[in-house]
Amino acid sequence: MTLSYFVRRVFFLFLVVWTAATINFVLPHLAGRDPIKEQMLIQIASQGRTQADAEAMIRTYTRLFGLDRPLWEQYLTYIGNVMRLDFGYSINNYPRTVMDIIISRGRLTLPFVVVSIFISFTFGILLGAFLGWNRTPQWVSNLVVPPMLVLSSVPQFLVALVLIYFVAFRMRLLPMNGAYPRTMVEDWGSLTFWMGYAKHAILPILSMVLVDASGWALGMRAMMVTVEGEDYATFAEAKGLTTWRVFFRYLLRNALLPPLTGLAIRLGFIITGASLVESFFAYNGLGSTLGGAIGNFDYFLLYGIVTIMVMCIALATFVMDMIYPLLDPRISYKAQRG
Amino acid sequence: MTGFLSYIKRNPTLGIGLAMLVILVGFTTIGRLFINPDDAYRQTMYMNQPPSKEHPFGTDAQGRDLLTMMIMGTGMTLQVGAIAGGIGLGIGIVLGFVSGYYGGLLDTIITSAIDIYMTIPSFLILILIATTFKNINLGIIEMGVIVGIVSWAGSARAIRSQVLTMRERPFVMMAKLSGMGSMEIVMKELVPNLLPFLVMSLSQSVYGGIMSSLGLEAIGIGSRREPTMGMTLFYVNYYSAFLLGLWWWILEPVAVIVMTLTSFVLISMGLDEIANPRRRRSL
Repeated sequence: MTLSYFVRRVFFLFLVVWTAATINFVLPHLAGRDPIKEQMLIQIASQGRTQADAEAMIRTYTRLFGLDRPLWEQYLTYIGNVMRLDFGYSINNYPRTVMDIIISRGRLTLPFVVVSIFISFTFGILLGAFLGWNRTPQWVSNLVVPPMLVLSSVPQFLVALVLIYFVAFRMRLLPMNGAYPRTMVEDWGSLTFWMGYAKHAILPILSMVLVDASGWALGMRAMMVTVEGEDYATFAEAKGLTTWRVFFRYLLRNALLPPLTGLAIRLGFIITGASLVESFFAYNGLGSTLGGAIGNFDYFLLYGIVTIMVMCIALATFVMDMIYPLLDPRISYKAQRG
Repeated sequence: MTGFLSYIKRNPTLGIGLAMLVILVGFTTIGRLFINPDDAYRQTMYMNQPPSKEHPFGTDAQGRDLLTMMIMGTGMTLQVGAIAGGIGLGIGIVLGFVSGYYGGLLDTIITSAIDIYMTIPSFLILILIATTFKNINLGIIEMGVIVGIVSWAGSARAIRSQVLTMRERPFVMMAKLSGMGSMEIVMKELVPNLLPFLVMSLSQSVYGGIMSSLGLEAIGIGSRREPTMGMTLFYVNYYSAFLLGLWWWILEPVAVIVMTLTSFVLISMGLDEIANPRRRRSL
């Protein structure tokens, strides 16, 4: 791996985060909304504060959040803060910082998302490779592909809806909502909590896996067909290698590369999809928090979560970019055109 | 017509997709003749009614007639998709052609913009735009426009790579040698040759637009009043239709959405076969 390739990818990583942060900064200013004032007005209405008190509070908060300084200064401080992962305070639950909320909620989301990406990718790839293999009887494909086509084209939360209704409500096999049993407190040290968490994660993971694995499988199936036509595949078979060796070492391994690139591209879709799935499961994770922040316009929380999600995606893309040349020695490290 | 039918026989994917779309469009247009559109908005005291003679599809928690909501909502969701897809593809075409045909510095700028933009999920940007600009009344048209403005990266990239392969073909060289201007070459040589591909891109953009709008509406962004498919799902979640076991309210929008999305995917796949004749029989 050449140094310039590495530097270019790092540069790209920062460019993505910077762009996202800048969009986050520009949008609210374009809209000209004053979240603090809005929040205060709501509080005045609900708690009966006097006008003078409220104005004093608005002034204090405005100074506290630095909204009274010139725009360029705000921008520079903002970018600096984002680089230090400091997104300020949540307006709605004031003393808590946005990062604090993100960490405490993200803890519930991260295992669920990582596990579902891992399961759907490995399962989808293997299934797709099997379906695209010329030794697999045709009727298997005819049976499996149409439902997979439908599954891969719907959003994950749609599958979640159907699963909640049939599996959780009708058959009462699994819990309907929440990230862990309501009777438990969040305690990652205890095994029973982990068991409860895992049980509650099955349905959300299943709805992600059904959609994503179908997508990977269909893509992999198409790739297998092209790989099977290659000379090295024919040669490997002609050499008399065992069927399994040809399948795993020659066909699957070569067909795997495009889906891996696809993983980086689809990551955004997967993560936003997971947020939506969460809000249908009332899963107390980052996605539901995002939904909540939208509902009560918790400006800093909203923008903090979006930035964190973009950072995660950019970082994961970067890692993929680093791994990819190791898997495919033919890849050129030069700037790719076309 | 017979030519079309015999073609469909060879390309059943396209045929099934188109048939599903025709059914959906028929459902929403012909269905409108038999219902009173106001029933999709009017809240009545007949809440959570299972399907019956008066309400063949049942009612929701606000007492709205679900058959009427489905008929109106299908049309609205298709409309959002059409507007978003049209705008997204329009931007994609301009950027794709400029960057692919002219190349140079402009191409570098546009491709890096596409790369960055594709890493940042457009759905998150949509959330920010839709929540920050609260003064915009997010009706059907506004929703389509906003979704369209944000989702152009995919089609821009795909069109650019198509233009790149087209640009070096002999007939484009011929046109250049015969003294045609760039604009003329793009309009008279490239666009007609890319037409099947552009139609496929349109189908894909419409699909993407519907996906984005569904996601936004499902978390409550958009007009809460309109009975679009996404909003129906939002209310399913909002009123916990699961806990009450209101299967009709859950499964009807799901069925419509599955049919809508699948039809566009099938149409895209079918058109792909026309656009890339060398890659036959992928399904």
